[in-house]
Amino acid sequence: MIFFWAFVIGGLICVIGQIMFDVFKLSPGHTLSILVVAGAILDGFGLYEPLIDFAGAGATVPITSFGNSLVHGAMAEAEKHGIIGVITGMFEVTSSGISAAIIFGMIGALLFKPKG
Amino acid sequence: MADKKKKNLPPKAQNYQAFQDEREVKRPILKNCLKAFFVGGFICFIGQLISTLYIYYFDFTEQTAGNPTTATLIFITMLLTGFGVYDRIGQFAGAGSAVPVTGFGNAVISAAIEHRTEGFVLGVGGNMFKLAGSVILFGVFSAFIVALIKTIIISWGGF
Repeated sequence: MIFFWAFVIGGLICVIGQIMFDVFKLSPGHTLSILVVAGAILDGFGLYEPLIDFAGAGATVPITSFGNSLVHGAMAEAEKHGIIGVITGMFEVTSSGISAAIIFGMIGALLFKPKG
Repeated sequence: MADKKKKNLPPKAQNYQAFQDEREVKRPILKNCLKAFFVGGFICFIGQLISTLYIYYFDFTEQTAGNPTTATLIFITMLLTGFGVYDRIGQFAGAGSAVPVTGFGNAVISAAIEHRTEGFVLGVGGNMFKLAGSVILFGVFSAFIVALIKTIIISWGGF
């Protein structure tokens, strides 16, 4: 069942992005930035966690979860070390996405030649 | 904002603006949304498949399986971007391929591949986050504000 909800919720988040592209005529950069900020704010109100429990990868794969996990890392560290933990813990949870992007970006640049 | 800009233009330019608005190709919003829904949903479905594999065959819980899933998806994106397949998916799906984390990976990896002709330090290193940098900046900054507010509220004894 979680496969079905992952498909539906993930698809719906992409539709929100597509509406921002087409109806509000935003650039992809603006759209993704707004979605990330939305994810962070949703997690601030504690609404993103239930969505992950409900939809699994449907909520963790879209870019909104990036904002969510940034807040999560910051909050987890802030509970231990107070205000300074907000800064030290920020990338604790999201490190995999960014390090994977950097590492595979470098490998990609080594392996592939630009086309066109 | 658009109206304010128009007022300052000479009448000829205003006429042209009206003419252009009339002739602009209407975007097929419903069709684009359907494409985005199915491709985006399919990417999340694959993500769910990968995280299920991680939960069953490695020691990950449902909460932590998101991290290796993200890394695996970005690895797949690297291959698709390198072979030029992701561009075509992007053309077809619009936001369906941009919003999932694969779109973030594609933005980084395509920028890295594109600029390798300028050398590895100034080309790849300097341009890698050209497109994806705004996502990281606004993500980090908004998360900072949200976490700061939450921490202050908690330390005041709320919630």
